[in-house]
Amino acid sequence: MSAREAVEGCLSQIERVDGQVRAFISVAGDRALAQADRIDARLAKGEQVGVLAGVPVAVKDNMCTRFGKTTCASKILADFESPYDATAVARLEAAGAIIVGKTNLDEFAMGSSTENSGMFVTRNPWNAECVPGGSSGGSAAAVAARMVPAALGSDTGGSIRLPASFCGVVGLKPTYGRVSRYGLVAYGSSLDQIGPMTCDVRDAALLLDVISGHDGRDSTSIDAPPTDSAARLDEPIGKLRIGVAKEYLGEGLSDEVRAAVESAIDVYRGLGAEVVEVSLPHSEYAIAAYYLIAMAEASSNLSRYDGVHYGYRTPEPDDFIDLYSKSRAEGFGAEVKRRIMLGTYALSSGYYDAYYLKALKVRTLIKADFVEAFKKCDVLACPVSPTPAFRIGEKIEDPLTMYLGDVYTISLNLAGLPGVSIPAGQSEAGLPIGLQLMGPHLQEERLLQIAHAFEKETDWHTRVPPMADAQTA
Amino acid sequence: MPEQIDEGQVRHIAVLSRLKLSDQEVATFSRQLSAILAYVGKLNELDTTDVEPTAHAVPIQNAFRKDEPEEPLPVEEALAGAPQRAGNFFKVPKVLDQDSA
Repeated sequence: MSAREAVEGCLSQIERVDGQVRAFISVAGDRALAQADRIDARLAKGEQVGVLAGVPVAVKDNMCTRFGKTTCASKILADFESPYDATAVARLEAAGAIIVGKTNLDEFAMGSSTENSGMFVTRNPWNAECVPGGSSGGSAAAVAARMVPAALGSDTGGSIRLPASFCGVVGLKPTYGRVSRYGLVAYGSSLDQIGPMTCDVRDAALLLDVISGHDGRDSTSIDAPPTDSAARLDEPIGKLRIGVAKEYLGEGLSDEVRAAVESAIDVYRGLGAEVVEVSLPHSEYAIAAYYLIAMAEASSNLSRYDGVHYGYRTPEPDDFIDLYSKSRAEGFGAEVKRRIMLGTYALSSGYYDAYYLKALKVRTLIKADFVEAFKKCDVLACPVSPTPAFRIGEKIEDPLTMYLGDVYTISLNLAGLPGVSIPAGQSEAGLPIGLQLMGPHLQEERLLQIAHAFEKETDWHTRVPPMADAQTA
Repeated sequence: MPEQIDEGQVRHIAVLSRLKLSDQEVATFSRQLSAILAYVGKLNELDTTDVEPTAHAVPIQNAFRKDEPEEPLPVEEALAGAPQRAGNFFKVPKVLDQDSA
C-alpha cells in the first residue's frame, strides 16, 4: 500500500463515519496527501524514509501544529494558529508519519468525557448515545472507528487511559518526563504527559520510541534517550508478579468491570504469573489531592489567555482589566472557569497551606505507596474506570460525580509513573472494558512487553465497532 | 479548612482570576465550588506533619542550558495572532489612570 493509498483510506473513512462520531475538529486532507506523495516519491527512488513513513496519525487539538489551528476545543483559541510545532508532533513527522487532522477533547483537557469541548461532543463509536471518555475522546474515537491507525493523546489524570478503555483501544501514559511537553498546551504542568493511542500494543511501542527522549526545550524532560520498546516487545516476560491493590477492588466498581479485570488477571495466571495482594493505603485521598494540584497549576497556566497576544478578544472592553475579564469569561467554558477559580482559591493568601501545600504533602504519601507496592510486584493490574462508558449527559450536571470516576487513573499522574490501558473485555451492552497495567518509574519497555503478552492470548484488541466496519455498517 | 464558599468569596476569586461572571454564574459556582471544597477537605484526615511536599514527581534539578543566544521567534510571527496591533506592538486599552487596576 502506498502512503497516498493509506491517507486516502483514512480520509474516506473519516468522510464515511465522522459525521456521526465527530472525532475531528479539523482535517488537513490536502496537506496530508501532499506529504504522502512526497514519501511515495522517496520510496520509489529507494531513498531512506523514517520508521513511521506513510503512517496516518491524528493529534489531539491541545498540541501545537504550525499548520491549521490549535484550538484546545476552546472558543478562546478557536482561530489560533500556532507559530511552532510541538516536539512530539515534529518527531512524528520526522519519522514520516502523516498528520491527518486534530482531534476533539474536553476544553483545555479538563474533563473525563469530552462533553466539556467548546466545539461539540464526540460520540463513542461502540454506542452513539455514550461518551468516548475524556479528555482525549476524539483521539480514542478516531482510532476505534478506524479513521486513523494511531493518534496522540495527553494524560493529566487519566485522559489517555480512560478514553482508551471506553473505546476499546490501547492508550499509554508514559513516565512523567519521558515525552517532551514542549508544544503541549499546559494544563497541569507537573502531571501532563503525551502518549500514543493505537489499535494494539506494538503500534503504541513504535510511537513511543519515536516521540520519547530528552528535549532541551522542556526543562522537565528526563535526560534519557528514546525508548526501545518495539524491538524488545517479544522478549519473554519471565516469572511475573502481578500486584492487585486491595483498595481498588472495593465498592463502587461495577460487577461487569470487576469480572472483566479478574478474567484478565487469570490470563496472566495462565502464563505462570503469581498474583500478589498489595496495598495503596492513601488511594482514597488521590482524587482530592489531584484536583487541588491540577486546578492550582491550571489557574496559573491559563492566566496567559488574556485577549492581548492571541486568541479571542472581547469586542468592546470598558478598560484594560475589563479586556481581560470579559475576554476570559466569554472565551472559557464553565468547567474551565470552575477549575481556574478553585485553583486561584487554593493558592490564595490564607488558604495556600491548607489546600495546595497539604495536597503536595499527600502526593508524597501516594508516591511512597507505589514505591512500597513495587517491592512486592513487577506490575500492578487494576480497572481503568468503575464502569464502562456512561451515557452522554449522565454525569455532566454534577462536576464532583464526574471527578470521582477518575479514581483508578489519577494516582499514577501524581506519582509520575507509566500506565497503559488495554482492551480486556466487553459489557453485556457491548461496551469495551479496559485493563490497566501500572509500572515502576521508567519501565515502559517491560510494561509494554507485559501488555503485549496479554494480546497474544486474547483477541479483545482486534474487535472493531460495527459502525466502523465497511462491510457491516 | 472552610468548606463553604459564599457568593461574596466567589466574586472576590473571580476578580483575582480576571473572570467577569454573571449573577447566575456566581450562584451556580458558589454551590458547585462548595461541594468540591467539602470533598477535598477529606485531606485533613491525614496527619502530614513531617511530610515533605512533592511539587514534581520526578526529581530533576537545575535543567539549564548554555547562556548562548538562539534564534528568537520572528516579530511578525509573534504578532501574527494579535487581535489588535500597532506597528510592532500589541494594542490594548489604556493601562495607566485606572481606578481598578
